[in-house]
Amino acid sequence: MKEFTLTCPAPLAAEDRILLAHGGGGKLTNQLIERVFLPAFSNPALEARHDGAVVRAGGERLAFTTDSYVVRPLFFPGGNIGDLAVNGTVNDLAMCGARPRYLSTGFILEEGLPFETLRAIVESMREAAAAAGVELVTGDTKVVDKGKGDGVFINTAGIGVFEHDVEIGPHKVTPGDAVIVSGDLGAHGVAILSVREGLEFEAPIVSDTAPLWAPVEALLAAGVEVHCLRDATRGGLASALNEIASARGVGVRIREADIPVEEAVRGACEILGLDPLYVANEGRFAAFVPAAQAAQALDVLRAVAVSRRAAIAGEVVEDGPGVVVMESRIGGNRVVDMLSGEQLPRIC
Amino acid sequence: MKFLDEYRDRAAVERLSRAIRRAVTRPWTIMEICGGQTHTILKSGLEDLLPREITLVHGPGCPVCVTPVELIDKAVAIAARPEAMMCSFGDMLRVPGSQSSLFDAKARGGDVRIVYSPMDAVKLARMNPERQVVFFAVGFETTAPANAMAVWQAAREGLANFSVLVAHVLVPPAIEAILSAENCRVQAFLAPGHVCAVVGFKDYEPLAARYRVPIVVTGFEPVDLLEGVWMAAQQLEAGRAEVENQYSRAVAREGNRPAQKIVAEVFEVGPRQWRGIGEIPSSGLRLRGPYRQFDAAERFEMAAPGARESADCISGLVLQGLKKPYECRVFGTGCTPERPLGAPMVSSEGACAAYYLYGRHKAR
Repeated sequence: MKEFTLTCPAPLAAEDRILLAHGGGGKLTNQLIERVFLPAFSNPALEARHDGAVVRAGGERLAFTTDSYVVRPLFFPGGNIGDLAVNGTVNDLAMCGARPRYLSTGFILEEGLPFETLRAIVESMREAAAAAGVELVTGDTKVVDKGKGDGVFINTAGIGVFEHDVEIGPHKVTPGDAVIVSGDLGAHGVAILSVREGLEFEAPIVSDTAPLWAPVEALLAAGVEVHCLRDATRGGLASALNEIASARGVGVRIREADIPVEEAVRGACEILGLDPLYVANEGRFAAFVPAAQAAQALDVLRAVAVSRRAAIAGEVVEDGPGVVVMESRIGGNRVVDMLSGEQLPRIC
Repeated sequence: MKFLDEYRDRAAVERLSRAIRRAVTRPWTIMEICGGQTHTILKSGLEDLLPREITLVHGPGCPVCVTPVELIDKAVAIAARPEAMMCSFGDMLRVPGSQSSLFDAKARGGDVRIVYSPMDAVKLARMNPERQVVFFAVGFETTAPANAMAVWQAAREGLANFSVLVAHVLVPPAIEAILSAENCRVQAFLAPGHVCAVVGFKDYEPLAARYRVPIVVTGFEPVDLLEGVWMAAQQLEAGRAEVENQYSRAVAREGNRPAQKIVAEVFEVGPRQWRGIGEIPSSGLRLRGPYRQFDAAERFEMAAPGARESADCISGLVLQGLKKPYECRVFGTGCTPERPLGAPMVSSEGACAAYYLYGRHKAR
C-alpha cells in the first residue's frame, strides 16, 4: 500500500427529533434547555439554573422544583420508583438550601397495572415522605392505553422554605473553595443496571436513594458558609461539577484517589465498561465550601448517616475556567468532561 | 480491587517511569494498536509520566472506528424494518453512517437493543420467534470467538430468525498495512493483549523480522502500558526487533486453542474495508459455507446509499499515527462527540474522542 486513502463520511446530525440522550442529563440535555426552554420561558429564577427555583411569594422566600420519574425496572435493590420520586424532589429543594415541606404528585398509570404494584409504590412514597419530613398535599392521576406507558410514570413537584439567610448557588462558588463529595458514588446507577442486565454480585449493590436535607441542615446549623450544593444524579458527579464550573467560569480540580467508590461498584463498572464518575446517584451531592471551613464541614457531614463517607475530593481553581481536571490514581491529569450523550458500554 | 489495583499502583508506575527515562537516549515513536490501550493512556494521564523522547501514536484498533460506513448504513436500514430487532454493542449506536446512526434509527421507531454478549441476541431470537433478530458482529479477534459461538449455537438450534451482520477485522494485516506505507513513522508497536489472548502472537513474529520492528504484546492497565513502553524502548535502544510478551498473565504464544477452533469453524478470512483507511487484503472475517445462511447482509437485500465525505476530517492520518487528533482543523470545534465528523470521535476508544474527553487541556 502506497498511501492511505482518506475516507471519512460526514454524518448528518439528527437535530430534527428528540433522542434518548436529550434526557440523559449531559450535553444534549443542556442544549435542549438552552435552545428550547430558556428562550421560551426566560425569567430570572429560571436563568439561575439551580436544582430548583428560588422565588418570592407573599413576602416569603421559597424554593420550588419539579421532576419526573420514568425508571425501569420499577423495583430495584434498595428502592423503587416511589421513594425515588419523593427523594429526588426533596433533594432538589435541599440543594437550594431549603427545608422541603410540601410535595405534589402526578401518576401516569398504564392500563393493566396490577393494584398490588401501585400499592407497593404508594406505600414506599408514604414512608419516604415521612422520613424526609414532607407531606404529599395534592395530586393527579391519568391512565393511558396499554402499551403507551411503562407501568407507572410519576411526577412530583415540591416547595421548600428557607430558615436562614445564606445564599446558595453556583454564583457563590469561589476559587479556593473545597469540593466535598457526600459519599461513595455510583451505587444507584449500578443497582439499576445490574437488574436490567441480570448481573448478580456476591453482595447485592443497593441503590443509594435517600433524602439529603439532614446533612444540608447540619451544615447550615453548624454555621458552615455553604457556597453551593449540587446533587450528583443523572450524568453523575462529573456532570454536576461541570455544570458548576461552566456556570461560574471557574476550574475544578479533583483527585481520583480521594473520591469514594465501593469495591463492588468499581468492579461492576469495570465489567460494564462504565466510569463511576458518570453513573447516577440518588442520595449523593457535592458541596462547595470555603477552604477554611472544609475540615469542619467534613466532620459535620460524617456525623450524619447518609453522608458518613463524605470526603474532600478537590478544590475550585482559577485556571481553566469551565473545565474539570482530575489527577488520576497514578498521578497523571485528565479532563473530566460533561457526559456526551448516554454513557455507552464499550465493545472490549 | 484484586488484579486491578496492583496494575494501577502509583509506586509501580513511578518506578517504571524512571526506568523508561534511564533507558531512553533519543526520540522514538511507538504505536499502541488497541483503542482500549489508548483509552487507558488518556484516561490515566499516562503521557505525563513519559520522557519527552517517547511519542505515543494511537493505532487503528478501535473496532467502532474502522467499521465501514456501508455496513453501518446496512445496520441502520435493517433496524428500520418492522420485523427486525437490531442488537449491538453499546458504542456502535452513535457511530454515524452516511445518513444516520443506529441511535437515530431508534429515535425513528426502530427496535435497536444494546446487548453485552452476542449470546443475549441468540436468547432474544429464541424468545421472539416472530421477529428477525440481527446481531451487529463487530470487533477484532477478541470478540470473534463469542460471535462465532452465537452463530454456531443458532445453527445447532435451527434458529431461522437469527442472523449476524459481520464486520470483523484482524490486527496483523493492519500492522502490515501501516508498516508498508511509505510515510510510516512508527518504530515499535504495543500489540493488543486481548487479541493475542485469543490468537497468540506467532503471527507477529514474521512482521517483526521482515520490517525490523519491535512488537510488545501489552495489557491495558497503566502498569502494563508503561512496562510495554519500557520493553519496546529497550529493544529500540539495543537495535533489537523481536516479539516480546508483557501480558504473560493472560497471553500464551499459542493463544486460546478452543477459541481459535470455533472461529475457524464459523468464519473464514477475506478482504475487508477499513473506515478511514481503505481495503486491506485478508484483513477481515466472513461467514464460512454452511453458516452463510446466517449472514444478515444477504438475508436483507438493500441498496447501499452513497456515502457523503467530509473534506475536513483527517481520521485516516490519525488512525495511521501521522497526525495527533488536535492537529485536525475541526477537532473540538466542527467535530465533537455530539456531532462527530469521523468515527474516531465517536467511541470512547477512538483516538479523537479520547483526546477530546481526557486531553483537551493539553491541546490548548
